[in-house]
Amino acid sequence: MSSTENEIGRPGGVANGLWGWLNKRFPAESILNDHITDYYASKSLNWWYVFGSIAMLVLVIQLVTGLFLTMSYKPSSAEAFASVEYIMRDVEWGWLIRYLHSTGASLFFVVVYLHMFRGLLYGSYKKPRELVWIFGMLIYMALAAEAFFGYLLPWGQMSYWGAQVIVSLFGAIPFLGESLVEWIRGDFFISDITLNRFFALHVIALPLVLIMLVAAHILALHEVGSTSPDGIEIKERKGPDGKPVDGIAFHPYHTAKDLVAWTAFFFVFLAIVFFAPEMGGYFLEHANFERADPLKTPEHIAPVWYFTPFYAILRAVPDKLMGVIMMGAAMVFLFFLPWLDRSPVKSIRLRGWMFKLALTLFVISFIALGYLGTQPATTVYTWFARLFTAIYFLFFILMPWYTKMDPVKPIPERVAYHG
Amino acid sequence: MSEDVDRSRRHFLGVATGVAGAAGAAFAVYPFLASWKPSARAQALGAPVEVDISRLEPGELVKVEWRGKPVWVLNRTEDMMGYAEKARAEDLLRDPDSEAPQQPEYAANETRSIRPDILVVVGSCTHLGCSPTERFEVAPADLGPDWFGGFFCPCHGSKFDLAGRVYKGVPAPLNLAVPPHRYVNDDVILIGADSGVA
Repeated sequence: MSSTENEIGRPGGVANGLWGWLNKRFPAESILNDHITDYYASKSLNWWYVFGSIAMLVLVIQLVTGLFLTMSYKPSSAEAFASVEYIMRDVEWGWLIRYLHSTGASLFFVVVYLHMFRGLLYGSYKKPRELVWIFGMLIYMALAAEAFFGYLLPWGQMSYWGAQVIVSLFGAIPFLGESLVEWIRGDFFISDITLNRFFALHVIALPLVLIMLVAAHILALHEVGSTSPDGIEIKERKGPDGKPVDGIAFHPYHTAKDLVAWTAFFFVFLAIVFFAPEMGGYFLEHANFERADPLKTPEHIAPVWYFTPFYAILRAVPDKLMGVIMMGAAMVFLFFLPWLDRSPVKSIRLRGWMFKLALTLFVISFIALGYLGTQPATTVYTWFARLFTAIYFLFFILMPWYTKMDPVKPIPERVAYHG
Repeated sequence: MSEDVDRSRRHFLGVATGVAGAAGAAFAVYPFLASWKPSARAQALGAPVEVDISRLEPGELVKVEWRGKPVWVLNRTEDMMGYAEKARAEDLLRDPDSEAPQQPEYAANETRSIRPDILVVVGSCTHLGCSPTERFEVAPADLGPDWFGGFFCPCHGSKFDLAGRVYKGVPAPLNLAVPPHRYVNDDVILIGADSGVA
């Protein structure tokens, strides 16, 4: 009996029993090897590298809590607002499931922004990782759409007027604009029909797109390998066993570290869920506790915090069409980073003062725009918004020059410590 | 990688992490499972219902809805009670003495009721949940000479007498259920709650 199994078993004698039976029919072991136990990443990965796996964790949290919310939510303009209150008050633990979902949405963006910033720090978008970056940017766009559609669902005042403003952006497109807006709404105003289709997009279409993009993002990453904060490519130096000498297996080494990061994340996440789920009006805006009223706009209307940098850019431009174009361009420019950056090095540790200064100014302008987007558009604030908008775009437009002229350090042979 | 690894310590840490994680996961799963329980609204809608029987004529049946089920309140005449007795005496019934736990203690008697004349039962057939129809006439052509009046289920032909007891030789296995209920006063029955009743 055992001799037969050995004959058809794979070399190494692991393929016996049920596991062996499975692997002759499904590549479970090779998938595990390729992506978990035999995927090598630099042993010098630092804490900046935990946000990718945290983002996956948040995606799962959003999928599960979202699934449970759909069980009690009613996607109709007559019932939506009351059904959210029903979830909060009458469904057992419904308040927890909803706060997990609403807080998860905001933290998804926190984590994704930090993850993207890591990419800027260590040149994760540069050759050969252009597609990893582009898939990542597509995830970000899909996430923005997912968040936007989801924000209409509670049918509060902010839901309603936020959707009104964002959908109207498409009206800026010459000739097509107005009929396009009507087509998106399916009505002459944001109505029951709009709510119903946004619900379908939010719970079916975009989650599917997100899951597929995440799979593509990870497959592309595992094809080319992760960067290293030292700025080296670990695949260029392999030991006699064919493994990168500066790499360690994703599992158990990086998974153990990620687990610590997940724990830390849960501390922050649950502290917000239990003690400050509204986050002073930033995560759940105050005006949204009032039912949508098509006849009355709230006095101060601002998008949720994760869209405010782009909203500030939109407001800074004194022309409807140009404002929309600039706002779109602010996202589109990010797609072209792999080709705008002409530096021979990837990591911030090897870059010269020019890139460091540019990145610092970029981060300051992004945060400043985010703040300004939450504030009323006074004259002074608008001029500040214009200044930071200019810096934001100059970061991209001047990049081919300053990254080329930047005095960089030589790429090291090995990681900084040899454990 | 160093060779002198303390494997027992590593094993302990691995198991400890796994156990702590599993405990956390179990706690995390609970709210999601609990959210499927009847919500506060469902419980409010499932609250006991009051039935006023002051104008219920002898021989008359009223149907009220309690938790989405029909509950029958039948004011049995002397004749009806006699026929119920007859079905019982002629050994036509599967559970004539109400031994199966299909009724609260206080209804486990000859008439399956608190007050002998007033029958309170859930009108769902114990076979597959259809609601039987009332057939109070005696020995009609379609139900035969052994029919003393009762309830007949149109779905699969189960028969029940005027105390909701199931006949022999039909698909339904049990007597109709008597819901928890009590008399608030002589005229009002509260269906769905019986606490405080002697």
